Amino acid sequence: MTTDFIYDLSIKHAPDAGGHFEANGTLFGGRFAAETLMQPLQEIEQAFTDAWADPEFHAERLDLLKNYVGRATPLYHAKHLTAEVGGAQIYLKREDLNHTGAHKVNNTIGQALLARRMGKKKVIAETGAGQHGVATATVAAMFNMQCDIYMGREDIRRQAPNVFRMKLLGANVVPVDSGTATLKDAVNEALRVWVANCEDTYYIFGTAAGPHPFPLMVRQFHTVIGQEARAQCLEQAGKLPDVAVACVGGGSNAIGLLHPLQDDDIRLVAVEAAGHGLESGEHAAALAKGKPGIIHGSLSYLLEDEEGQIQGTHSISAGLDYPGVGPELAAMMEAGRLELDSATDDDALQAFQVLTKAEGIIPALESSHALAAGMRIAANMQPNQIVLINLSGRGDKDLNTVMDKLGFQDDTQGVST
Amino acid sequence: MSRLPEVFKRCKSEKRAALIGYLTAGDPDVNTSKDLLLTLAKQVDILEIGMPFSDPAADGPVIQAASERALASGTHISDVFKLAQTVREANPDIGIVLMGYANTPFVLGFDNFSKQAVSAGVDAVLLVDIPPEEGYLCDPIFKQYGLDRILLLSPTSTDERIKLANKHASGFIYYVSLNGITGANIGEMTSIRQKVDNIRTHTDLPVCVGFGVKTPQQASEVAEFSDGVVVGSHFVGQIPAHARESQNMTTAINHAAQAMKMAIQA
Ligand SMILES: Cc1ncc(COP(=O)(O)O)c(C=O)c1O
Repeated sequence: MTTDFIYDLSIKHAPDAGGHFEANGTLFGGRFAAETLMQPLQEIEQAFTDAWADPEFHAERLDLLKNYVGRATPLYHAKHLTAEVGGAQIYLKREDLNHTGAHKVNNTIGQALLARRMGKKKVIAETGAGQHGVATATVAAMFNMQCDIYMGREDIRRQAPNVFRMKLLGANVVPVDSGTATLKDAVNEALRVWVANCEDTYYIFGTAAGPHPFPLMVRQFHTVIGQEARAQCLEQAGKLPDVAVACVGGGSNAIGLLHPLQDDDIRLVAVEAAGHGLESGEHAAALAKGKPGIIHGSLSYLLEDEEGQIQGTHSISAGLDYPGVGPELAAMMEAGRLELDSATDDDALQAFQVLTKAEGIIPALESSHALAAGMRIAANMQPNQIVLINLSGRGDKDLNTVMDKLGFQDDTQGVST
Repeated sequence: MSRLPEVFKRCKSEKRAALIGYLTAGDPDVNTSKDLLLTLAKQVDILEIGMPFSDPAADGPVIQAASERALASGTHISDVFKLAQTVREANPDIGIVLMGYANTPFVLGFDNFSKQAVSAGVDAVLLVDIPPEEGYLCDPIFKQYGLDRILLLSPTSTDERIKLANKHASGFIYYVSLNGITGANIGEMTSIRQKVDNIRTHTDLPVCVGFGVKTPQQASEVAEFSDGVVVGSHFVGQIPAHARESQNMTTAINHAAQAMKMAIQA
């Protein structure tokens, strides 16, 4: 797109004043935080409300999204993939082409601007795949803010290239050993550190979960995805998609794509990580297999045992390896507006390779879950229909994992050039 | 009915602050925990029994480790209620508070949870991640069962939040002495005192102070201007320190509690 994209800055389907998304009598979301964090959270809410009403805030945010991040991201009609799948037309929303390689930066730009408005000099964040950590470290470098990233020791091992990127960007990566040493424990640790340092530190929460106002705020910063995709699809195809598909870790890329489409006649599909299979007990499918619970500041679906202890999760992709899910997606599911789907580790690996070979696009393993489900859905539809898939990130960070799984053999060795 | 008002009345008549001691139920295992809780109960006015949780985001390393030990050794919520009941049978007059995270009673169902708590002889519940704003989940049910709802206040609590807490709390107000997690170092004493004085202008409830009280000296200073001193990590820390000999664990907790008790009576 050559002209500036015009975004709708109104806030639609807002939660109630306490940050609750109501569905079937359950108040999802809310602010289940320690007393010490209640005032800092109120301050963030106020700052967000003020900023969102301030044209200058948006001018700076949208300028950065355009000239620093590279928005609007393209909507790509994947004709080769469509031919291979044989069914509906597949369109890919290319969030992988954002600066830093994933959708996460839409949110970190917004929250870093907010942190600066609030006079905070230091930011902290949790990360799983490292994409949110990288996106946070990136904006911290640009805004010259001190930055600590909390990351489970297990994820540090899985996502070494991103750890190095964060360090290059000047961030301090703090390993977390407690619990299962993955994303949920990194959130716990970041919350502990924030409680002790809330006066000078801003916590850039990385997904559309956590205590109010994070689910609302993170959603608003990501609705650029769905707003662009909607307009681009109308422009390129002359009509709206029939189905929109996104993977779900905490839910930020999903709510960013799906929220602006929910008032249209479009099937909205959330794809969770089925790991070794939904019946294996080793997955991260909170919506499909969890039940309501309270963790990390909000009430939502959660993988937990019958006494409320949070269960360990498994996914090949660190970014989906989280036992919870954002409250708004939970409410949308409860209200019947969201369809659930899932993809196993193997499905994702397969989709990863199919897209790479068909289109020359290497997707993130997270996004490969959306692709796997999206291709399955498209295969059962007609060629005059459209499936829109959110390609939330690129796969460079996952090459080690995939190499491991596919048993990569370096057959160039010994060949003289 | 909650025994907490009687407990504070008794302490007041003895012109001293209450001693409130915390241990995590099932730490390091249910059997040992029973001895430890019974030992601590003899020294304190109010016993806080922690419900182990997989994700204790408001706790420092000492109490996190306690939760991990309890869960690893197979502690269930049914054990927590049984331990509370055992303590109650041996100590008819002390206050017993269950402390933990929202998800435990939420998943059990607040009604079911409250029923079991009351029949175990529990007086009050402290859930660190249910602020007054989300009290719609538990307040009416706790009230119905006669359980007090302990609310926290902290250095970041504004006057408005203090008033809000006063409206929703019963039993006592728990003032967290610092911006931080359990087991951190205590904040500066004069500012704690100022905040406690400020809180008192908004509430008639007893105001107790905790998080970071580790030495008898600190306990005695806090006792001067508060209605109760909460000691947690310092007691819990005795458990890994004496891990090899459970007899020594009991002795260590007994000594630590006696020292605190003497300090606040002085
Ligand atoms: C590329 C990519 N997609 C998706 C996710 C999942 O997060 P969310 O559900 O918040 O979009 C991540 C998280 O790290 C990611 O890196």
